[in-house]
Amino acid sequence: MKKVLMPLVMVALLALVPYLGVAFGKLDYLFGVVIPYAAVAILLLGILFRMVDWLRRPVPFRIPTTCGQEKSLDWVRQDKLESPSTPWQAALRVLSEVLLFRSLFRNTKAELHGGPKLAYGSDKWLWLGGLAFHWSLLVVVLRHSRFFFEEPPMPLQVLENMDRFLDVTVPALYLSGLVALAAATFLVLRRFRDEKVRIISLPADFFPLFLIIGIVIAGISMRYFDKVNVMPVKALTLGLAGFSLDAPSPIGSLFYVHLFLVCVLFVYFPFSKLMHMGGIFLSPTRNLPNNSREKRHVNPWNPDIKFRTYAEYEDEFREKMKKAGLPVEKQ
Amino acid sequence: MSKYALKPDELKKEFEQKKPRILKGDLAGKEWWDLPVEFRDGNWCFPGKPEVLEEIGLPNPRKWAATDEDWKLPAGWENTIRDGMKSRLKRFRSFKLFMDTCVRCGACADKCHFFLGTGDPKNMPVLRAELIRSVYRNDFTLLSKLLKSFSGSRTLTPEVIKEWHMYFNQCTECRRCSVFCPMGIDTAEITMMARELLNLIGVNNNWILAPVANCNRTGNHLGIEPHTFEQNIMSLVDDIEELTGVTVNPTFNRKGAEILFITPSGDVFGDPGVYTMMGYLLLFHHIGLDYTISTYASEGGNFGMFTSNEMMKKLNAKMYHEAKRLGVKWILGGECGHMWRVVHQYMETMNGPADFLEEPVSPITGTKFTNAKSTRMVHIAEFTADLIKHGKLRLDPKRNDHLRTTFHDSCNIARGMGMFDEPRYVLNKVCNVFHEMPENTIREQTFCCGSGSGLNAEEFMDMRMRGGFPRANAVSYVREKHKVDSLVTICAIDRASLPTLMRYWNPGVNVYGLHELVGNALVMEGEKKRTEDLREDPMAGFGEGADDE
Repeated sequence: MKKVLMPLVMVALLALVPYLGVAFGKLDYLFGVVIPYAAVAILLLGILFRMVDWLRRPVPFRIPTTCGQEKSLDWVRQDKLESPSTPWQAALRVLSEVLLFRSLFRNTKAELHGGPKLAYGSDKWLWLGGLAFHWSLLVVVLRHSRFFFEEPPMPLQVLENMDRFLDVTVPALYLSGLVALAAATFLVLRRFRDEKVRIISLPADFFPLFLIIGIVIAGISMRYFDKVNVMPVKALTLGLAGFSLDAPSPIGSLFYVHLFLVCVLFVYFPFSKLMHMGGIFLSPTRNLPNNSREKRHVNPWNPDIKFRTYAEYEDEFREKMKKAGLPVEKQ
Repeated sequence: MSKYALKPDELKKEFEQKKPRILKGDLAGKEWWDLPVEFRDGNWCFPGKPEVLEEIGLPNPRKWAATDEDWKLPAGWENTIRDGMKSRLKRFRSFKLFMDTCVRCGACADKCHFFLGTGDPKNMPVLRAELIRSVYRNDFTLLSKLLKSFSGSRTLTPEVIKEWHMYFNQCTECRRCSVFCPMGIDTAEITMMARELLNLIGVNNNWILAPVANCNRTGNHLGIEPHTFEQNIMSLVDDIEELTGVTVNPTFNRKGAEILFITPSGDVFGDPGVYTMMGYLLLFHHIGLDYTISTYASEGGNFGMFTSNEMMKKLNAKMYHEAKRLGVKWILGGECGHMWRVVHQYMETMNGPADFLEEPVSPITGTKFTNAKSTRMVHIAEFTADLIKHGKLRLDPKRNDHLRTTFHDSCNIARGMGMFDEPRYVLNKVCNVFHEMPENTIREQTFCCGSGSGLNAEEFMDMRMRGGFPRANAVSYVREKHKVDSLVTICAIDRASLPTLMRYWNPGVNVYGLHELVGNALVMEGEKKRTEDLREDPMAGFGEGADDE
């Protein structure tokens, strides 16, 4: 339980910091201007650093995991996505992972039956939950970019309208927020429910989920329940977008909880497993074509290795070879 | 049955007791790093003998056993491991990424055959990787060091080394988990790194290192010297003559041959591998191939792959070296699993470019093997499929009517090469009864034999029978449903290990190489009436009194 409570308490304490800071400390400027700028800088520079750090390291061998028929004889049908033979096909393979979680779609669940017999059932819940989580978060993030424009651009307005087509609340309900909350809750619950996943889970797995749930709850609350006046918020975000250093007008402290947790997420991102967002593009088992016999792959640090040459071999076995009638180089 | 394994009934009972769970034991409230590591009969391989280590120049030769309290690690071993990790993180982007990007989603958890067979949580690929990641986070990432319990980091201790040795030798580098991983993390890659690191401090496996030393000196794993190697193949030639009345003429170390043929030495010495070898010899004779076999590059397999990438390169170098010396045009490779992972994904990078060879063209059909135009080595299943497609073989599939077959995809061929359809095409042309195992157990989802990557040791029998359970279980499915009695493979390790596995789980099922069945079906010019297959078992419908065609 410690590994669940520790991150939960961490998120709760982190949420309390801006609440106290703004309500009692009048630290609006710190939480509204200084910390957001710092957090965004750390996020961008951090991601850049991590990506460059990965890219600097060589890929000595071409090691795709082949999940389909290789390109071979003309009449054998190649699986171009799962066993790509060109960089373009490999790029499509990576995109199918990034956009559709293709490998996760294969997921199965093994069970032991009497006999004993092993049975493998299709298990798409993780795929569905993961996909819902990531796509809804993307919509939420895109939707929030309206705060950085005087007049949101057309595609953004279309996205917004689609997101609130279920017009059942005032203000209109955004589906993405609800889906993100539900999916994140599912991802937390499966870490308790399945004993295999429970034992592999670390506090570092619960923390970002709790953090995101915290952010979403704060966001939903100030839109539908403890409503925050949106005008000073927009003034602040527009100011930030224009690199302004002006102090914000008074906004409810719930907003600062929301904003601060987002900043924590930004700062945490580059130094954590959340970097899988960048790493997935670089995975050598997915982003390389399966054409190692067709086109030579070069290892930049290919070591010089002394191997036992034929001459050394013949020197040891020459007499025996001659007796057996095997041809030799030297008599 | 081996003294190193439970009796099948005892193991079945263990499974019955925990069903439908795969996990074994009560893990409620426990953390994985608190679970003890217990070496017992059947779950560890004997360590490399001191003389073997000295022969190939590996560090810390000594006498020890995994059950010893003190493993006699060399002075400063912690730094050796740390520096070794640092250097590998720098040289392999894969290693660094696979340390960093796992989200512990658990999709891989029940995909590993060792997990399915043991129920040991540390055999879930994610935890196998966490064994090394936990040390990586402690030693290489600042934030994690500060928040040790938050990030699941731990200090490197002798207990950690014991745990690594246990679990990185309960992984056969089969890559099945990597098929399911949304980040494409490949445990085989992590296991390879871990084994390299362990070899730096003399924590090793004799069943891997003895073949490495043999292969280095004599050219093959079994340490067979050239004259004996030749004699053994010639005795197969005699067997072929007795069975078919046809005299095949393999040549050895012959300069100027068009093609150099290399196959695992298991095909030359092991039962049932030798029957596959007889199949090759018949095939080459049938089409009049201008080929030669080398006694120097007499091993297709490469146990260096299970030691370090340097050792893999050292042993593999002989193939191109010999091809160049003999002046052949290209190389044809026999049926083997990890050999083909090396040939397909590593060989030319390590020991190429192969510019002294020519782009492979089948001398019989004229087909250009464009998928091998740079490495210039062709797989025998590709070669034979092409021959059959062009109608160049006279085949009588009825000669395999005494066999009801299924096909086992070898891990490396499946997930490290992507060859699925060629062997199936050949198999369907040389026999009449073929049934696939269930879809979650074949092709890219195929299960390992449980003994790959150098773990085929007698003293490891308990783990092998557990690790092979998912494969055996899929065979028993088609056996019950379709009365399958013949398991066909294209891997020498499979041919060595699956017979034991079948005797344990599915008595009565025999293991065959693909080209053994090709050899059975080939109608040779000038042959005598065939009534027995290559292992001298009677064919169905060809006995005394049966109609001759």
